[in-house]
Amino acid sequence: MTIALETQNLEKQFGGLRVTRDLSLKIEQGARHALIGPNGAGKTTVINQLTGVLKPNSGRILLEGQDITDLPVHKRVLRGLSRTFQINQLYPDLTPLETIGLAVSERLGHGGDWWRRMGTRSDVNGEIADLLTRFHLLDVMNEETVTLPYGKQRLLEIAVAIAAKPRVLLLDEPAAGVPESERHDILAVVGSLPRDVTVLLIEHDMDLVFSFADRISVLVSGALLTEGPPEQVARDPQVKAVYLGEEAVNV
Amino acid sequence: MTSILTNLFDGVAYGMLLFVLACGLAVTLGLMNFVNLAHGAFAMAGGYVCMVLVNRMGWPFFAALPLAFVSSAAIGIVLERALYRHLYARSHLDQVLFTIGLTFMSVAAVDYIQGSSRVFINLPAALQGQFDVFGVGIGRYRLMIIVICGLLTIGLQMVLAKTRFGSRLRAAVDDPRAASGLGINVPQVFAFTFAFGCGLAGLGGALSAEILGLDPYFPLKFMIYFLIVVTVGGSSSITGPFLASLLLGIGDVAGKYYVPKMGPFVIYTMMIVILIWRPNGLFGRTAAR
Amino acid sequence: MNASSDVGYHAQRHARWHYGEAVFWLAVLACGFVFPNRYLIMTDILRLALFAMSLDLILGYAGIVSLGHAAFFGVGAYAAGLLALHGIVNEPVLALIVAGLAAMVLGFATSFLVIRGVDLTRLMVTLGIALLLEALAERFSNITGGTDGLQGIEMQPILGEIPFDMFGKAGFFYSLAVLFVLFLLARRIVHSPFGLSLRAIKNNPLRAAAIGIPVNRRLIAIYTLAAFYAGIAGALFTQTTAIASLDVFAFDRSADLMLVLVIGGTGYLYGGLIGAVLFRLLQEVFSTITPQYWQFWIGLVLVVIVLVGRQRLHRWMLYVPNLIIKQVAGRKAVVAVPEGDS
Repeated sequence: MTIALETQNLEKQFGGLRVTRDLSLKIEQGARHALIGPNGAGKTTVINQLTGVLKPNSGRILLEGQDITDLPVHKRVLRGLSRTFQINQLYPDLTPLETIGLAVSERLGHGGDWWRRMGTRSDVNGEIADLLTRFHLLDVMNEETVTLPYGKQRLLEIAVAIAAKPRVLLLDEPAAGVPESERHDILAVVGSLPRDVTVLLIEHDMDLVFSFADRISVLVSGALLTEGPPEQVARDPQVKAVYLGEEAVNV
Repeated sequence: MTSILTNLFDGVAYGMLLFVLACGLAVTLGLMNFVNLAHGAFAMAGGYVCMVLVNRMGWPFFAALPLAFVSSAAIGIVLERALYRHLYARSHLDQVLFTIGLTFMSVAAVDYIQGSSRVFINLPAALQGQFDVFGVGIGRYRLMIIVICGLLTIGLQMVLAKTRFGSRLRAAVDDPRAASGLGINVPQVFAFTFAFGCGLAGLGGALSAEILGLDPYFPLKFMIYFLIVVTVGGSSSITGPFLASLLLGIGDVAGKYYVPKMGPFVIYTMMIVILIWRPNGLFGRTAAR
Repeated sequence: MNASSDVGYHAQRHARWHYGEAVFWLAVLACGFVFPNRYLIMTDILRLALFAMSLDLILGYAGIVSLGHAAFFGVGAYAAGLLALHGIVNEPVLALIVAGLAAMVLGFATSFLVIRGVDLTRLMVTLGIALLLEALAERFSNITGGTDGLQGIEMQPILGEIPFDMFGKAGFFYSLAVLFVLFLLARRIVHSPFGLSLRAIKNNPLRAAAIGIPVNRRLIAIYTLAAFYAGIAGALFTQTTAIASLDVFAFDRSADLMLVLVIGGTGYLYGGLIGAVLFRLLQEVFSTITPQYWQFWIGLVLVVIVLVGRQRLHRWMLYVPNLIIKQVAGRKAVVAVPEGDS
């Protein structure tokens, strides 16, 4: 079994606060792995370290066996590690067509091309059309992103990450904030990702986690509490305690 | 040796003056993340008010200083309530354009009313000349500046550290959103602090007429100095800007004395080097988040 | 039409030439024949337009706020002046390119400072560099002529054929040709994937990096190119006026430039061109009202523009031209769409 993404003894501190504690994760090739944990467990901090937005204080990050700890964000993307954001990070003034077009161009190495116009490469165009169709964005491809309904923006957020043709995809709460009526589209898209793409799902919604993941890691206060297949994690008394505690607070 | 000490003394006086002039800007940047390039205009206003009171209306210098403070603070609060507050949420570009516009207007307006030449404030005899302490020449006027600005700095520090308002202000600078969550009226705290900062600038403007020179181009000429103080010093405390002011003052005086031909070269180089080395300022967190 | 070619068609939506643009450039060319006694002021406007276009590349497209763009203008101006004065490069077009390259080198070197940090640091560093150069030019007055500037520059004929005449006719058409060529290049660039990636960086640098855009490298590239443009504008200034003095570096020049661009609108390339015309008209009007204090009115214009809101203003301003273009073109061809800046 090959390991797609791995962290070794990852450690991150903000001031004196340890937000990631000695975290060692292994995510198998093609896995549907979920990273769960109560609010403030440091899930997004982990993602930010995996993608290179934050630098860990110590520990290593390996992508398909290669050390990427010191690579900048954009180089990790080109190595096949892509992500979505919990809060949409899109280009308000750009259209879905341009947004996806850019991601595809960058991946194919045409991003720095300053002479050929956008839209003159048929391979790029074909891929854009394909993604726009798959993500139900074809009808709004010329609208500025800022004017799109939230559900469409959420789809675009995922489409942009897919456009980079990742081998490892990090989904940070993909269904967060999406109204019930549009939720189905998102879940269908996430469910239909090809099996050779390894997915790490960071999620709050337990229904989604248990219907999607084949392996779950539970993060509490920045440290790994437990890890295993869904049935095992669901039965784990420690996990129950953590979540019951939180439920009580939430109610 | 004595020339070094004299220069050091002058540099300290200059630096303290810069601090009083610029510390209002640290709050504007730190608290509201607002780039106020027109800060020097408030200083100029104070300087001209003082000049008119002393030279034309015969007020004693020390009576005119508080009025310089009050008038600049008044202009500050009026502008803040009327104009500035609409721009806090805007982009930095808008803020820059707006405050450059204000600066240009103030320059032309003062030029129109008072003429373009440098003005001097008539100083009382007690403040003129210098005396020797162990052979070190101490300018009376500069000594007064050190005393006044030193007292102000200590006062500011006390207010920030000891009073309820101070703790509110610190909380607001630290995290405006959390502060308003705690029931602190951030806009009010800010309006008051803004006005106070403008007042200090006005006072600084009045004091600086003798040393920096006062003419309608003051806001443009010293804009970079104020910005240096804030960006190099950071805005998380007043210690940062204070140390940055001293550094800048001493550096500038020494630069002009020892390498006069290089002129302002020394300062700009220093600033650029520091900003590359520590983009968030020498002392503490970034001014603009 | 299948989806792929549909995508290709729409992706080139803004890149295609519109009637309005042709009309615009023909009108500019026509000015050269209609107003034969206004060459000097028109040349001045062309220079300013080129300078503003340079700022638009970094501000309008990449979102870099600069308070010291005059640094590159100044380097270009002095380079062109020195090249001509000492007879190093006599042919103006070649000298123009050399001067542009000189500014470009400075742009590249300083870009590393500018891409670091937040808006405020950028403001400071750009402003600092311009002030530094001004101080240097003053210090080395034996080279730059100090406050008097470079004296006695004599320009050789353009391409060895066309001499600069005293009415400024040659200078005008020369400047227009340079502006047009550089405009074409800029237009090409902003509609390329590279140009689009700049807008992405301006919109959201975090996401830009997350789709694999090397943000810093792109910013360095565009800043360097903008420096080249500004250097050319400065060189044109020296070549057409035969003067280069310290005020090429002045803060006022950088600040006025911002106003030019803001009047015209950022992020669609024509902003600088339209802004330059309007700015000079405004200056003319204000100077006749209060000769010495026109700066007051310029300041007022800035304040009002910001308070009203730049985008709203441009919608009003472009309302009539767009209406006409729609009539002529007969379809939804919107010629002038300034990008939002936020």
